[in-house]
Amino acid sequence: MTQMEPISKNIPFVPFFHSLGKRAMDITNSLGAIAVFFALATLKIFRPKQLREIIQQIFYIGARSSNIVMLVGLFTGMVLGLQLYYTLVKFGSQGVLGSVVALTLIRELGPVLTAIMITARAGSAMTAEIGILRISEQIDALYTMRIDPVRYIISPRLAASIISFPLLTAFFDLIGILGGYLTGVVLLGVDKGAYFYRIREYVDLVDIRGGFIKSLVFAVLVSTICCFHGYFTHLRTDSYGSKSVSISTTSAVVFSCVTILVSDYVVTSFLM
Amino acid sequence: MLDTPLIEFREVTKRFSEKTILDKANLSICENQITTIIGKSGSGKSVLLKHIIGILSPDEGSILFRGRPVQEMKKGEWEDYRSKISYMFQNNALFDAMSVYENIALPLRQTTRLKKREVDRKVMSRIEQMELTDSVDKYPSELSGGMQKRVALARALVTDPAIVLFDEPTTGQDPIRKNIILSMIAHYRRQFGFTAVLISHDIPDVFFISDRILLLWEGKIGFHGTYAELTRVRHPMIDEFLQSIEGLRDELTGLLSKEMFRSRYALTLGGGQADTTISAVLFCVQFDALTAALGAQAALEVLKTLGEHINNYFGPMGGFSARHSRDEILTILPHIGLDEAGQLVREMALEIQQKALPELQAIAKSRSGTSQCFEILVTSGMATAGVSDDIEQIMEKAKADQKIIARYQCGKEGGSK
Repeated sequence: MTQMEPISKNIPFVPFFHSLGKRAMDITNSLGAIAVFFALATLKIFRPKQLREIIQQIFYIGARSSNIVMLVGLFTGMVLGLQLYYTLVKFGSQGVLGSVVALTLIRELGPVLTAIMITARAGSAMTAEIGILRISEQIDALYTMRIDPVRYIISPRLAASIISFPLLTAFFDLIGILGGYLTGVVLLGVDKGAYFYRIREYVDLVDIRGGFIKSLVFAVLVSTICCFHGYFTHLRTDSYGSKSVSISTTSAVVFSCVTILVSDYVVTSFLM
Repeated sequence: MLDTPLIEFREVTKRFSEKTILDKANLSICENQITTIIGKSGSGKSVLLKHIIGILSPDEGSILFRGRPVQEMKKGEWEDYRSKISYMFQNNALFDAMSVYENIALPLRQTTRLKKREVDRKVMSRIEQMELTDSVDKYPSELSGGMQKRVALARALVTDPAIVLFDEPTTGQDPIRKNIILSMIAHYRRQFGFTAVLISHDIPDVFFISDRILLLWEGKIGFHGTYAELTRVRHPMIDEFLQSIEGLRDELTGLLSKEMFRSRYALTLGGGQADTTISAVLFCVQFDALTAALGAQAALEVLKTLGEHINNYFGPMGGFSARHSRDEILTILPHIGLDEAGQLVREMALEIQQKALPELQAIAKSRSGTSQCFEILVTSGMATAGVSDDIEQIMEKAKADQKIIARYQCGKEGGSK
């Protein structure tokens, strides 16, 4: 780097490419670090004395997120029912409302919105909690007690996310379909039998499997990103202490949401 | 004592960015000893401790455990080494989402196969020793700084480690509590035979329990030796440091600090004639026996009360006193001959016997809560201080003349005068 400085004074665009290259290197390093972090955390899920911690995390990440996920699922289903009814009725196809609502939820909206809701509620909490553990030396304290911090803190959260995300997605889908039923059948008069018949007829196992795969991918991404940001909050160079925890939390949530949407596209293109 | 180097630092250098914290530091820590590291704030004392436990690794140089470089240890060997060490953090590093009990039980639950009942027994035993029984279910945020310190101490000792690293264990404690913690460290060291490495600024109390003292100065070990050696060495760096951290008075007893005592004594000798009469009286209580019978807190109260009595009695007549070990108080009486000093000591002993001992035994009983029989012995020895005598020589002479001057034993009172 230092060798480049005298040259950069004379050659145009060198500073630009220099910073671009540095940025690319930083991103590559970070991605590598995240991958190693994920691999370590995954391996350590299967170590002894993990069950209690995993169950506890399922409670925090899964059970405590169920209310908000179901509430969002209900209104998403209701608004889908409303929007799709007025579109389908133009073509005289309101009878397929059930299947369209169900497929939209199961294939796309269910996994994506559930993941975003969990990121907002549990992912941010993960980053903040782990960040505080880090800056208050509690992670170092674990190390001094020969308790592997990755095993004790990260692995249970990863395992709990892998278990909770698909379950919450299933709840979201189910409540969303009921929300579509409320607006489509109860409010707008679509035939009740047709609503459920079309769902049974058009929703295949492959759609459910696709949604399930997506929710698993999101679980891994969200928990890894959120834990990683918290765990390495002390290495931030732009801020220190509580400020670094706050910035790490914001970064984790933003990065997770963007990653959810990007990976949704990638996974969908593989599944189609 | 055989000084086996348990841990050695060889030419250890540690830098953070451009700043060199440890600069080719060489030191050795001996087994079954208490080694105290002193040094200015920010001089790298905590960094040094963190190297021992492996939180930090040196940029250059090597750390050896029983002669084996830790960097070369295989995983199993490294884990075995770490299992012997416990660390008490400067800011306690308690798990704020866990109760006191859970904090102390965590290392046992996570790193051992002990049954729940056994974990419970060990944890409750430490909780009782640290007087935390009322706070078992409280969270760290509900505790005072001093109580948090005791929880951290309990957690560090619950696994019965072979080496315990204490990073400022007494910071934020009142003088009595500081001494209790130091007494506890000394007591457990004797009981369990662990090696302790302490960072502390609580002079002189920490020196009294230390076998070795290391002075970290500008990244290097500026002094390495015993307390007696430290007090004998006159070096500007050591003097500057000791004067900067040692107050004018001993926090526990209110007597002069050792450095102030030394200055007053030098002044007394320097300001007087060659034939100046100076008497010295060395008072002593059986601190270890009292601690064993009543606990550290009650023993410290006894020491504190004795210090106050000595100060109040001899202060107005120009005498000055300081603690020279945990339980020895040396009083210098300028312009008073040995006979007159003997008379004064007898009068004071009578006062101690009549006023202080009933007070002391009440304190001891209330603090220890024990109904067991116990004994409080106050002894004294006298000597004439010559112009050429240094304090250590006076102490030796006075020690040779020790007599019981006041005694309390299960309701029996008396003293040989």
